[in-house]
Formats: sequence, structure tokens, C-alpha cells
Amino acid sequence: MSWLSDVGVMLGRAPRKPRAISDTAELFHGRKRGKGGVNITVLLEEIAGARKVHTWRNRRWAVLIGVNLLFTLSFWLDIQILEGSLTASRLLGFHLADPYSSLLVMLADRHVAVNLVIGTVTVLLFWGLVGGRSFCSWVCPYHLVAELSEKWHEWLARRGRVVDHTLHRGVRSVLWVLFALLALATGHTLFLTLNPIGILSRALVYGPSLALLWVLLLLLFEVFYAKRAWCRYVCPIGLTYGVIGAAAPVRVEYNLESCAHEGECRKVCEVPHVLEMTIKGRAAHARMDVGPDCTRCGLCVDICPTESLRFQVKGLDELL
Amino acid sequence: MSGIASKGPKPRRRRRRLSRREEARRRFLRATLVSVALLATWPLASVPVVRRLRIRLRPPGALQGEQRFLAACIKCGQCVQVCPVQAIALADLFDGYGHGAPYIDARAQACDFSCDALSCILACPTGALRHDLNAKEEVRIGTARLARPDACLARRGEGFRGLARGAGFRGRLRYEEIDRWTAQPVAEYAYDVDLCDLCVRECPIGESALRLEPDAAEGGARRMTPVVGEGCVGCGVCEMICPEEPACIAVDPSAAAEVPA
Repeated sequence: MSWLSDVGVMLGRAPRKPRAISDTAELFHGRKRGKGGVNITVLLEEIAGARKVHTWRNRRWAVLIGVNLLFTLSFWLDIQILEGSLTASRLLGFHLADPYSSLLVMLADRHVAVNLVIGTVTVLLFWGLVGGRSFCSWVCPYHLVAELSEKWHEWLARRGRVVDHTLHRGVRSVLWVLFALLALATGHTLFLTLNPIGILSRALVYGPSLALLWVLLLLLFEVFYAKRAWCRYVCPIGLTYGVIGAAAPVRVEYNLESCAHEGECRKVCEVPHVLEMTIKGRAAHARMDVGPDCTRCGLCVDICPTESLRFQVKGLDELL
Repeated sequence: MSGIASKGPKPRRRRRRLSRREEARRRFLRATLVSVALLATWPLASVPVVRRLRIRLRPPGALQGEQRFLAACIKCGQCVQVCPVQAIALADLFDGYGHGAPYIDARAQACDFSCDALSCILACPTGALRHDLNAKEEVRIGTARLARPDACLARRGEGFRGLARGAGFRGRLRYEEIDRWTAQPVAEYAYDVDLCDLCVRECPIGESALRLEPDAAEGGARRMTPVVGEGCVGCGVCEMICPEEPACIAVDPSAAAEVPA
């Protein structure tokens, strides 16, 4: 039930307070209200000088840059390991295809391309295991430039120059359907023309294009108007991967017992609605999985002063 | 200003605190505006395709019907990667829906079939380049046309000596007498012919596509006219190799024939 409601939150529903809270969770909540010893103020003071680590961010950036470099070098040096770009490619000859782009092409052309189906299924199996939206933070080149320009937004925001204007998150689901309907009805794959991931990936492999100006425009919109707007409110590729990885065993797990509820995690998160349970009194269980919209970027894992958020592999940890 | 006071971030003016309901209403409104703005690019992106502003030569095996080809292409560029002479490039933003789709600029680098296997077709994951083509003779990229008959050296009865496109030209072509398998730089191959026949000589298809015929009007004089035949596949080698500037012979893309101008 809670898993289904997590998917609902990904599609755009606002997170709600839990209807029922488990006994163990209630016990922990109670302790933090002062009825069992844990004094939140003391806990907060203890962690005030917590070290800042970037372990997961650094690993992630290394993977992201590595994958995109592999695309570039495969063509430039003709080493032919990963040929193509992020919309469709071959890894050592095996087809890989972006699921949403493939869907659009097949809808627009009204023809099932076998190679795209093969490529999509391969991609589905992989990201279905490691977490769909892991693609976003571990591979997508737009994610990296957006992450970097977000720092500029934060810098301006601290000085009161810009304000983050939030949008209704349901718009991403609506656009997902609209782009697909448009492809089916008119044969125009409009999204592929606008898609900054495709533009960046092609620019990295085949050289720069004027289309990069469109990417720049998107980034400026994010810096000066709505933080991380493309990834949060628009990207149908991200949503598709989110659905693919909705039951992925690799995920971030939340531990209520040790949490100090100071909210650092929600500040750094691209999709803070998945961390709603870290708000004081909200967690329904003592341990909870972070929802499917999570990109597994690890920023919260890095910043959490009490190590209450951790990467977990479901099933594997029980086995070991 | 004292040092302490200037330290903290200081909002310039206090924003009116919005009610939860008002905030939700605005969020919805912004979301609507952003969707409308994104979808408004649809007519904008249609312009170059619908108005046929950019009619391009597409790679071998491209689905006939420009709209269909653009619909089926996933814009990954795998065809670009396998082409041994790098004849294929990807179109930029101003091609509208054609953005990211492959095209050939024959004058700069024609498709000379040096891969022999139609590699681009084999590389295409979507079928935008039709997989049922087996031989170069089945390809229809376009059709060559004698665009500037008066400038044609053969029609003027003139020979040609030297580099077809000058020393700075970067295009490559497979000269079978040099290397059966690897295309050579055109800039390294000097011609010396009494009557210019470069287009006919280098045509990868042969007589069914392009041949020289005696100019009837001249009655047996040493003047010849390049005649395009049914076999022309539109590879553009004639356009690339023509030593006149601009080329006397040019390929009309298949897409150009779709709709009367």
C-alpha cells in the first residue's frame, strides 16, 4: 500500500501524513518528544560540527563522467565499446535504447522496431535492478550541469536575489502523456527535438551544436526562476526510469531511530518529496525505503549527520 | 555598517506570506504555463519541415517520405559513427523535427559506398534506414541533375588537369586502382584527362547511372554531355568530384520530389 502511494507521489500527488504509525515507530517518535531520554537539542548540538563528506557524490561524478567519456572516446578513438548516444547505442554490439525515446519513435512511426525493443528490455532489466532514476544522477549529462548550476542558484538565493518558484509536480506526468499523444497523432517526436539529454550527449560525441543554446536557456530558467525545473517537473525520461525502478532492490533506507530531524537531507535533495518521512513525527515505520522518484544520488547519504540515510540492497543485506 | 549586521543574508523586502491555498494555486498556474510554453514549440519546430526549408540528402536506405523518416529516427547518430568516409552529419536545431537527424552534404563528402555493406543501414537501430536493402544499386538518396550545363567542361570540349577540388579539400573517395578497400583523400589524386569525364569516371554505379553521350547539336565534335540514367542512386560522388565551382552536376534529394514546389 505504501509502495503504491510512493508511486502516486512520484506521479505528482502531494505526500500525505501516514494514517497509521507502527508501534516501534511510535516508540521512537515518543522518545524524541522527550518521553524516553533522547533529547533532540542535545543530539543537534552533538552533530553541529559534523564533517562534510562527498563520498557518494564523488563516486557518482566519476561514473557519470566515465560513461559519457566512453561514448566520446568510442567514436573519437574508434575503440567501439559504447557506440551511439544516450537515446540509442550499442555496448560491445548489444543494443541499448532509451525507453521513452524508443516509445516515442515507435508511436510516431507506428511500427515496432525490434532492435529498439531489445535495447529497451536490456535497459529495463539493468535499471530495474539498480533503481530506475539512478540513470538520472549517475549517467545523465544534463543532471551534472543542472547540479552545478544549482550551486549558482543557491548562491544567489542566499543573497536574496532569486527565489525558487515551485511548480505542481503532476505536470511531468501530464507532459509524459502529451508528448506521447503528440507523437502518435502527428508523427512528430517533438520531445526528441527539445530533449537536452540527447542534445548534450550528441554534442559530447559529435561536436558542439547551436542546440546547446537551448540547454543554456533551460539552465538559466532553473537558476533564476525554478530550481532544477527540467529534472523535477518536465523530464519524461526521468519519469520513465522512475517507473522502471519502482521496485528496484537498490535504494536509500531511512532509519527513524537515529534521525535528528534537522532536515539537512531535504535541503540537498533534488526531489525532497521522497524524504517526507524525515520530518518529525511523519515516519510510519522504524525503517523506511525512500520512494521511487529518488535518483540515488547519495547527497542525503553524504550530508546526513547521524547516518540515518544509507544505501541498501534489498535481499542482499539479509542474505549476507 | 557594522561588521556584525552585514554578515547574515538580508532579504530586501519581506514577501507577503501566501496562504497554503494561494501557493497551491500558483504552483498549478506555473505548471500550466510551462507546459503551454513547451508545447508551443511544436508549431515552431514544424516550420522547417512543413515549409520544406531544408531539404536534405538522407543516408542510404532512408525511409521514403521525409515525415516518416524523421518520425522513425531516434537521433542517436550511430550511422555517423560507422561511415568510413564520414559522409553523414547530424542536423542542428534549425531543422525543427529534423534536429539530430542524419544528412549528407554531397559536395563536401559524398557517399562513395566504400563500406560496400551499407554500414549505416546496418547500424540504424530503428529502421529509419531500411534494413531490407541489400545492394548499393537499390539505394535512392536522390537523383543527379546537370545543374549548370553551360559550365560543364565536357560539354565545352575541355579536358582537366590537376586536383579536382584543390589541395585544401578534405573529402575522400575510393580509387579502386589505388586501394580496393580504403578511401583516399581527393586532394592527393591528380587527374590528367583530355576531355573532362570525372563525374562519369568516379560514379560508383556505372553506365546505368551516368554516362557521356556525344552532344547531338555539335554533330560529332569532341563535345560530350553527362546523361543521368535510371540507375542513379543519388550518392553524390559526381557532385563532389566536379572540378567546377559550384558543381555543374548536383543531386536533388528524394524528399524534394515528394511535394511539387
